[in-house]
Amino acid sequence: MTATPGPPPALEIAGLKKSFGKAEIIRGVDLSIGAGERHAVIGPNGAGKSTLFNLITGRFPPSSGAIRLHGHDISGKAPFEINRMGLSRSFQITNIFPRMTVFENVRCSLLWAQGYRYSFWHMVNRSRDLNEGAEDILEQINLTERRDLPAGVLSYAEQRALEIGITIAGGANVIMLDEPTAGMSHSETDYIVNLIEKVTENKTLVMVEHDMGVVFGLADRISVLVYGEIIATGRPEEVRSNPKVQEAYLGAALEAEH
Amino acid sequence: MTEPDQKHTPPPARTPVRARPAPVTLANALPWILGGLFLLAMPFIFQSNSAITIMNQMAITIIFALSYNMLLGQGGMLSFGHAVYMGVGGFLCVHIMNWGDVFALMPLPVLPVFGGVFGMGLALIVGSFSTRKAGTIFAMISLGVGELIAACSVIIVAFFGGEEGISGDRTYGLPFFGVEFLHQIEVYYLTAFWLMLSALLMFLFSRTPIGRMANAVRDNPERAEFLGYSARWVRFYSFVAAGFFAGIAGGLFAINYEILTEENLNLATSGQILLVTFLGGVGFFFGPILGAILFTLLQTVLSLQTEIWQLYVGVLFLATVMYFPGGLAGVLMMHALPLRLGRAGLLVGPYIRTLVPAVVCALGAASAMEILFHLRHAALGESEMTLFWITFDSHAPLPLAIAAVAAVAGFWLARRSAPAMAEAWHKASTPHGGAA
Amino acid sequence: MDLILVNLIDGLVTGLLLFMLSAGLTLIFSMMGVLNFAHASFYMLGAYFAYQVSVYLGFWMGLLIAPPAVGLVGAMIERYGLRRVHQYGHVPELIFTFGLALLIEEAVQFIWGKDQIAYNIPEVLQFTAFSIAGNSIPAYKVFMIFISVAIFLALLFVLTRTRVGMIIQAALSYPRTVEALGHNVPLIFMGVFGVGTGLAGVAGVIAGPVLSTFPGMAVVLGSIVFVTIVIGGLGSLWGALVASLLIGWITTFAKSYNLRMEDLLTGIGFSRPEPIWDSAWADLWTLTSPQIADILPYLLMILILAFRPYGLFGKRDV
Repeated sequence: MTATPGPPPALEIAGLKKSFGKAEIIRGVDLSIGAGERHAVIGPNGAGKSTLFNLITGRFPPSSGAIRLHGHDISGKAPFEINRMGLSRSFQITNIFPRMTVFENVRCSLLWAQGYRYSFWHMVNRSRDLNEGAEDILEQINLTERRDLPAGVLSYAEQRALEIGITIAGGANVIMLDEPTAGMSHSETDYIVNLIEKVTENKTLVMVEHDMGVVFGLADRISVLVYGEIIATGRPEEVRSNPKVQEAYLGAALEAEH
Repeated sequence: MTEPDQKHTPPPARTPVRARPAPVTLANALPWILGGLFLLAMPFIFQSNSAITIMNQMAITIIFALSYNMLLGQGGMLSFGHAVYMGVGGFLCVHIMNWGDVFALMPLPVLPVFGGVFGMGLALIVGSFSTRKAGTIFAMISLGVGELIAACSVIIVAFFGGEEGISGDRTYGLPFFGVEFLHQIEVYYLTAFWLMLSALLMFLFSRTPIGRMANAVRDNPERAEFLGYSARWVRFYSFVAAGFFAGIAGGLFAINYEILTEENLNLATSGQILLVTFLGGVGFFFGPILGAILFTLLQTVLSLQTEIWQLYVGVLFLATVMYFPGGLAGVLMMHALPLRLGRAGLLVGPYIRTLVPAVVCALGAASAMEILFHLRHAALGESEMTLFWITFDSHAPLPLAIAAVAAVAGFWLARRSAPAMAEAWHKASTPHGGAA
Repeated sequence: MDLILVNLIDGLVTGLLLFMLSAGLTLIFSMMGVLNFAHASFYMLGAYFAYQVSVYLGFWMGLLIAPPAVGLVGAMIERYGLRRVHQYGHVPELIFTFGLALLIEEAVQFIWGKDQIAYNIPEVLQFTAFSIAGNSIPAYKVFMIFISVAIFLALLFVLTRTRVGMIIQAALSYPRTVEALGHNVPLIFMGVFGVGTGLAGVAGVIAGPVLSTFPGMAVVLGSIVFVTIVIGGLGSLWGALVASLLIGWITTFAKSYNLRMEDLLTGIGFSRPEPIWDSAWADLWTLTSPQIADILPYLLMILILAFRPYGLFGKRDV
């Protein structure tokens, strides 16, 4: 019986390299993430995790190699093009629209997904789909009570939650989260992790994280990025016990944990 | 792309906070109705021809300023060349007025549309390369294009009329319900109609998807890209829309003054509308309206009182940039929170103690400036001048001394009360017993 | 041949003048990220200050005192005005410098009036240096070239051979690193703004007598300076030099050689419409190079922005 070719992986990276001038930051990354998978990318500081994210999401073009989203080549495309193909990201430093209300922030995230494009003949206030969709997202991220405040006055954790809300609002099915729990207390972290689990059900999740508790609790598979190369990929237990990984990275953290 | 995943969570209980599509309520429409009534009533309050002329000028400036704010306030794009879109729209309209065969079949009220379309056309061409980036580079391109077109105006005499410009006569259009627009008052109502219509359309534009995304791109272009929008195209459409409304202002200018010259295209005019809009306040829709009204008054009324009114405007502008970047509208809206909290009363005392000396200081400084100016530039032998209805000899030391003392004393007193004012503001803006 | 030489000299004078203005502007922009819309206004202040000093102490004292005075005014404005606005972002900074330009123009009118003032070439330079084929080259023009080149060399020396210059060069490319290394960046900013505006002041001092000193002189030159640094590349001093000379020569040659569109069109094969003023294309047919001389820089700028946004030598995107 021959294996029928399955659907293409949600995200596939082949031979990715990126240099800034003479500095080669990403030295050849191969990675394949299946649909619906929860994948974490970890690694020491300076390993190139943010650069990898930025390459995938279109902020920089790669120096060489290919990135494929559901089988379509996205290397070198502009961020808005990649977003329209179904990939969305959050930012490590909270990146919302501080002057708009929380409600407006979410509503703007729905505009393209609901097909409004550059319309100047619809009134956003009058659109039932937009407003109810925004309300739903607000409820999912638990910010309904804050809906009319300018987003800039929210607390840090609330802003991070809003950031996640904006990221998933458009209905993208590949969600990339850049250090979602950075700078959070223990309880805030638990809250955000629950939120992430809830909103990314049935979607593909790729995240960069430093908090090992989050990583091991949430991820189906982990990749370890060190000096621009992936030195190990696999299920959390495999990676944890991989001697290369322990040596390069986890060693100190593991000891701290136990 | 999959639909937002709502099928896994059970439908949440509908809370009373749920929004329904906002109907056009009386509260929303009230400012517009009042504005319309106000416009209708104005000529009955100020009946002189010169007053009507000033009001026409104000109306045109308001439309122009509102269109400029579509770029600056709504889109975050600073343009030093916006006058060209108003100018070319106006020039086209004057040419149509001179095109006897066609104009005879056209009712005058329709004319501004052509100005708008032509302004929009130019904006389409320029915007295709100028809107790639916002910020400084956009400002520079707008400056270059503006100067280029203004400079071309003395070369392309056929369209721009060279040194004398192009003039026309608005009364040769098709009579509109018997009105031939011979009288200023008729022009006023035409201009007022277009003012209401343009303002309403520009307001509604800010409530459309493109209008909302213009705000988003202004605040965070990178984030907007990750919402599926090309920041460049959002800016482009805003730019084109702003060009359209500027062109309408140009058409109204043509109707009102029946002449357009190179002055309508140049950097001074572009700079002026920047000043007007910024003074009024870029952060609120009605800001440019306030700015246009204030500036027109300064330009027409203050200029009769003093020769150095532009110096005062310059100082005011710079002070606004440094201390009140929200403009007049921003200052007014600052009071919204204390009023809502019912604590505005806390501000009255400190206001009196700070503002009265500040006004005295300003008047004193202005008087000193006027005296100095007179001393320096008045014709030889002319030593008499009039200030605040008092005539005196400008060479006498006493008036200058009084003015200087008033300025210094006013400044000192205001400075002394400033901390108390700051504290009063803080108290008035925080809810009773709530966290700061 | 001789006419070419005359035009080369004239263009050189204009270009070097433009360079003094654009060098300061691009330096300020590189270091601080702010495009000083009021830069030409400091040029104007230089001329007016020099005039005022020359009334009491003569032209040469004016040359000595006015530029530092202008630089001092610039430094004060940076310290007490621009720095305040800096926190709001680049657009408010640009609006601030625009308002500053407005205010300086009004202040100049307030103090010195609206008419042109009698700021003249010093008597000692009022002679003809030499003649080329009947065109006399005034000594003052030679003097202008001399001073401009001297300043350019001084600038080069400071930037490449002194410690301050090294710091400035470093900050041109890596401002944050320079700050991290412990240098007092606010002081450097104030200094750079002061020097930049002082350079503009020098240009005003020497250009005032020939280009006439009046309140509108900043507006005349202002836009061209921006065009120059955009063409040269924002942040590049060499670019500013090349672009300034280029613009100086292009405009001079265009004005001097009366190239007529009529000749070009008849040369291709079109025939001139008679009478010319009835034709719809009259403007095109009567086009001459002196007419478009002042527009050429703008056209060049738009071309550069459309096809090579970094300018000729620029490395940084805005």
